Amino acid sequence: MFYIIRRILLLVITVALVSVITFSVFQILPGDPVRTMLGTEADETQIESLRNELGLNRPLHEQYVDWIRGIFTGDLGNSIRFSMPVSVLLMERLPVTLSVAGMALFIVVLFALPLGIFAAKRQKKFSDVVLSSVTQLGMAIPSFWLGMIIILYIGMNVDFFKINGYIPWSESIKGALSTLILPALTIAIPQIAVKFRYVRTSILDQMQLDYVRTIRSKGLPERIVVYKHILKNALIPILTIFGLITAEVVAGTIIVEQVFALPGIGQLLITSISYRDFPLVQGIVMYITITVVFINFVVDILYSVIDPRIRLR
Amino acid sequence: MKSSTVETNKHKEVLLEVNDLKVYFDINRKKVAKAVDGVDFSIHKGETVALVGESGSGKSVTSLSVMRLIQMPPGKIVSGSIKLDDKELLSLPEKSMRRVRGNEIGMIFQEPMTSLDPVFTIGNQIIESLVYHQGLSKKSARKQAIELLNIVGIANSEKVIDGYPHQLSGGMRQRVMIAIALSNNPKLLIADEPTTALDVTVQSQILKLMLKMKDTFNSSILLITHDMGVVAETADRVLVMYGGQIVEEAEVKELFLNPNHPYTMALLKTMPNLDQHVRRLPSIKGNVPPAHMFPEGCRFADRCEFAMERCRLVAPELENISDGHKVRCHLPFMKGGEALGQ
Repeated sequence: MFYIIRRILLLVITVALVSVITFSVFQILPGDPVRTMLGTEADETQIESLRNELGLNRPLHEQYVDWIRGIFTGDLGNSIRFSMPVSVLLMERLPVTLSVAGMALFIVVLFALPLGIFAAKRQKKFSDVVLSSVTQLGMAIPSFWLGMIIILYIGMNVDFFKINGYIPWSESIKGALSTLILPALTIAIPQIAVKFRYVRTSILDQMQLDYVRTIRSKGLPERIVVYKHILKNALIPILTIFGLITAEVVAGTIIVEQVFALPGIGQLLITSISYRDFPLVQGIVMYITITVVFINFVVDILYSVIDPRIRLR
Repeated sequence: MKSSTVETNKHKEVLLEVNDLKVYFDINRKKVAKAVDGVDFSIHKGETVALVGESGSGKSVTSLSVMRLIQMPPGKIVSGSIKLDDKELLSLPEKSMRRVRGNEIGMIFQEPMTSLDPVFTIGNQIIESLVYHQGLSKKSARKQAIELLNIVGIANSEKVIDGYPHQLSGGMRQRVMIAIALSNNPKLLIADEPTTALDVTVQSQILKLMLKMKDTFNSSILLITHDMGVVAETADRVLVMYGGQIVEEAEVKELFLNPNHPYTMALLKTMPNLDQHVRRLPSIKGNVPPAHMFPEGCRFADRCEFAMERCRLVAPELENISDGHKVRCHLPFMKGGEALGQ
C-alpha cells in the first residue's frame, strides 16, 4: 500500500515538472505566433492588439496558472491556427492515435514474447540463429520507409486495406481496422525486433540462476520450469522495457500518421509546431507526457504484483 | 531381488553405484576439461558418504551427474554407469529421469540465498513437487507441506508457508530446501556444500537436522564438502577427490587416524586445532590444475611434498591397501602419518 502511495506521489510530481518545462520551453523558443498569424505585412498596433486579445502580454506566472487551471477544467485554451478549443481538437484526434498505438503495442507483445521464449529455449541452435539475424535486420529498418513499402506491397494489393485516411470505430469496426492495421504494423515491426532480443536475453539470464537448478532438481517438467518459474522472473525486466516502448510507440505514430495520412495527434502536432500554435502544442505535449507517465505508473504497479520483494519495500 | 539376510546387514546393501564415470566439458574446439575422469564409488543404504576436495576437484560435477543435471552442451557424460537400486540412470529417458529427481533423489545446494525462486511463496515451491510426484490435491499437499516445515524445525510454519524466500534468514531457507528435498521421501539425499554459506552456529544445526532426517526418512546421504570438520561430525565413509579422480577412500575413523594420500594428509593439516597455538594456519600451496591441463603422471605431483621422479611420469591407480581403504599413490605409506614423521 505504501508502495502505491509513493508511486502516485511520484506520478503527480513528474506531471507537474513536465508542465513547467513544457510551458517555459515555448516561451523561450524563437518565433512569434502573432506574427505568424498576421503575416509579414502586419503593423505594430495590430500585433499589439492581438497579443492583448490572446492574453500573451500578461506576466508569465499568470499565464501558467491560467493554463494549469485550464488543464483541470478541461479548457486548454483556443488553438491559434484553427480558432477552436484545443480540447475539442484533441478529442477528435485522440481515438486515432490511441488506436494505432494500442494496436501496435498489442502486435509487439503478441510476437516478441513467444518468439523470445522460443529462441531462448533453442539457444544457439539453427532456428535461434536465423531468428536473431532476421530481427537484426528488422531493427535497422526506418519506419517511414517500411511504411511506404507496406503501402506499396500490401496496401495496394490487398483489397481489405485502405491506405488513406481514417474510418472511425463508431462508423464501422471493419472500416477502422482496414485503416489502422497497416500503420500499427509499421510501428510494430522494428519494435518487435528490439523487444524479441530483450525477451530472449532476459529468459537466458534467468536460466543461469541457481533457483532454476533447484526446480530442475525437483524433477519438474520443462513446461513448469520455463512457463511458470522462469517466465514470471523474466517478466520483471521485460515489463520495464515494455513500459519504455510505449513512449517510442507514441513517438512512432507521429511519423506513421504522416505516411498513412491519418488524422491523428501526430499530424496535429507537426502542423501546430510549424504555426507556432502554442496553446495547441502545449496541450498535445501534456497529453503525450501524461500518457507515458501514466503507463509507467501502471508498469510500476504491475512490478509489485509480480515481485514480492518490491511490494514490501 | 535381494535375500532377506542382506536386510539385517543394512550397511552392505548398495543403493547407489557409480562406475568409471567420466564427465568432460568442451572449453573450445581444441580444449576439453576432464572435470570428472573415471570415478568409482558406491553408497550403501542408510549410509552417509562424504565427498571431499578443494574447489575444482570435480565434486559438484559428480553430484550433478548423478542427478543428470549437467548442462549439455558444453558438458557431456563420456562414459560410465550410475545405478540407483540396480536401475541405470544414464540410459534412462528424460521423462523417467524426472521421476527420479526430487522423488528418489533429493538435492540441497550450497547457496540457500539464491536457490529458491524469489517470486513464489515457500508453500508453492514445496507443494508443486508434492503435486507432481505424488499426485496429491493442492489442499492435502499444503497440509503435508506445513508438516514438512514443522519437521525441519520451522516455527509458525502456518505463516511461513505463505511467505517469500527473502523474508527468511539463510539458515531458515536451507531448512526449507531440506524440506523440499525430502518432500517425496527420497532414498538418497545429495547435499552440495549445504553449510558453506551459513553462519557457524547455524551450520551445526543444519548438519544435525540432516542426520536426523536421514534416520527419520531412512535414506542415505551424499555430502559434498571441503570442510574436514563437517566430515568428522557426520560421515560414515569418506571419498577424497582431486583433479577429477578419487585419490583416497576409507571409513571416516580410518581416514582421520591413518590417512595415506599426501593430499588427504594436507587437507587434514589445514584443519585448525584448538589445542595448539599456531601463528599461521597451514595451507596447501598452489591450486588444483585446471581440468584441461592435468599433468601426465600423478595429478597431485606438482603440489606434493613427497613427489618422486616416478610420480611425474606414471599415473598411479586406485589400490586397496586394507579392507575398504583405497589409495591412489605410488608411495607405500602403510602407516600413514607416522611414516612421515608427524
